[in-house]
Amino acid sequence: MTKRTIVPIGPYHALQEEPEFFKLHVEGEKVVHLDIELGYNHRGIEKLSESKTFEETVFLVERICGICSTSHPLACVQAAEDAGDIPVPERALFIRSMVGELERIHSHLLWLGLAGHFLGFNTIWMWAWRFREDVLNILELITGNRNHYGMMKPGGVRRDIKHTDLPAIASLSEGLKDPIKMFRDAVVQDPLIHARTKGVGILTREMAIAYGALGPTARASNYAIDVRRDHPHAAYDKVDWDVVTCENGDVFDKAVVRILEMFESIRIIEQCIEQLKKIGGPVDSDPKFVAAGEGIGHYEAPRGEVFHYIRSDGSNRPIRHKVRAPSFMNVPTNRETVIGATVADATIILAAVDPCYCCTERMAVAVDSSSGERMLDARDLIRLSCEKTDRLVADSGLQGPSLPIER
Amino acid sequence: MNKQKDSIDKADIAASLQAQFNEFILAIYSKGERRIYIDIAPQTVIRATRLMLNEYGARFQIATGVDTSDGFEVMYHWAMDESDCVVTFRVVLPHEAAQVESIALICPAAEWIEREMWELLGIEFKGHPDMRHLLLADEWPEGKFPMRRDYEATP
Repeated sequence: MTKRTIVPIGPYHALQEEPEFFKLHVEGEKVVHLDIELGYNHRGIEKLSESKTFEETVFLVERICGICSTSHPLACVQAAEDAGDIPVPERALFIRSMVGELERIHSHLLWLGLAGHFLGFNTIWMWAWRFREDVLNILELITGNRNHYGMMKPGGVRRDIKHTDLPAIASLSEGLKDPIKMFRDAVVQDPLIHARTKGVGILTREMAIAYGALGPTARASNYAIDVRRDHPHAAYDKVDWDVVTCENGDVFDKAVVRILEMFESIRIIEQCIEQLKKIGGPVDSDPKFVAAGEGIGHYEAPRGEVFHYIRSDGSNRPIRHKVRAPSFMNVPTNRETVIGATVADATIILAAVDPCYCCTERMAVAVDSSSGERMLDARDLIRLSCEKTDRLVADSGLQGPSLPIER
Repeated sequence: MNKQKDSIDKADIAASLQAQFNEFILAIYSKGERRIYIDIAPQTVIRATRLMLNEYGARFQIATGVDTSDGFEVMYHWAMDESDCVVTFRVVLPHEAAQVESIALICPAAEWIEREMWELLGIEFKGHPDMRHLLLADEWPEGKFPMRRDYEATP
């Protein structure tokens, strides 16, 4: 009988550098079972929110996650608006979509860079994060901040976009097209990346549906859900764009979906800029209170649908505020995708759903006692993954993607 | 936008749900066309789940547990992606007997959230395949549920 070993990854995650704990049960090199432990980073956000006013709650949920720092606030204010039937001026809707799409591009570039790093393609990492800076510059121009934009509020947005800034925003977002084309060509055509990611970590459509997978994780498995299209909000029903899907549900398709989605995001941003030139008016309906009632707000964050439920008793504080981040649904799909893979592939498979632990965990505090087991640390896992790429390079003579842009 | 419109129209969903769930609806109300709330008895949770999955192809979004003066509310939120509607089933469980059938066996997406509601609110989900702590520490004291209204944070 084969000896079964447990390879613990965590409690400090090797790849996303966030706290969670995957226990890989391994026979030989093959993963036969996965146990996921959460709870290392709980901050009591849902409970804390009950002590905040509706205006303050938006700032609180903005701090759930530094990457989705406009997705949570947007879902949250939409829930409050649903509960209190609060109108939102049209100009504010376009600003919301624009900030949301910029966030999507920077989040996808961040993931792309990390994925390249784990596979041993550090040039992808460096270039992806270099062009992510351009996105952050646009966000800084619009909101005054690189992250944590503080834009959303019940009834609209906090800041208008100046007409004089629109040309600069347009030319900066135009400048993102070539780099994203470069990444598309580098990833889609490179045989070495094919060898590392195609057919690896497949999530079937049936399983995506059963687990309630969301965002690019679902769309890569040909499960075409996108809250922006299916439950229109902000300005997504007023602009022209497409939902990107792939067929196979492997790591490669998850990367392709994210890369192609960035083009759609730029399309949306361009149309928002054109509309903002025409639509004037206020950006805030300035509601004085949220009427008693309950409301649901959901928004398609870079990783999938963010869900907020708010119940108001007519006072200025929520009496219940439920938050569900997309990783809460996406991380369990790893139980399907990682089984049967090797430890060297497990790193990229677990990273392929783009898990976000600070989103997934929101309650109380827990500290792990020393288990005495030898852990594979971050460097060990990335080394294992890079060594596999090196072996492929040695066997095939391929060199991996080259990035030809000169700057 | 490449939206397919081969589904029930938003305006007809409430009527369709009313017909399908007629025998176990306690109350139904719509908040606009895009939000429908249905109160059902706890014994009918499994049947409601089966109907949503099989008849409507709905997507389980999440469940919300709330501690109220009338008991624990558990709300099951279902997205009907093709009809732009969120349908919420609500059951109310008495404080002294907070238990309901687990839907995790027929709907794996509910596995984690039932574990979360169990440890934070102390609601028992009967027949859950893997009931243990999700977010709290394994050594968390028994019978202490931090999202309950009467929970005292001091040890």
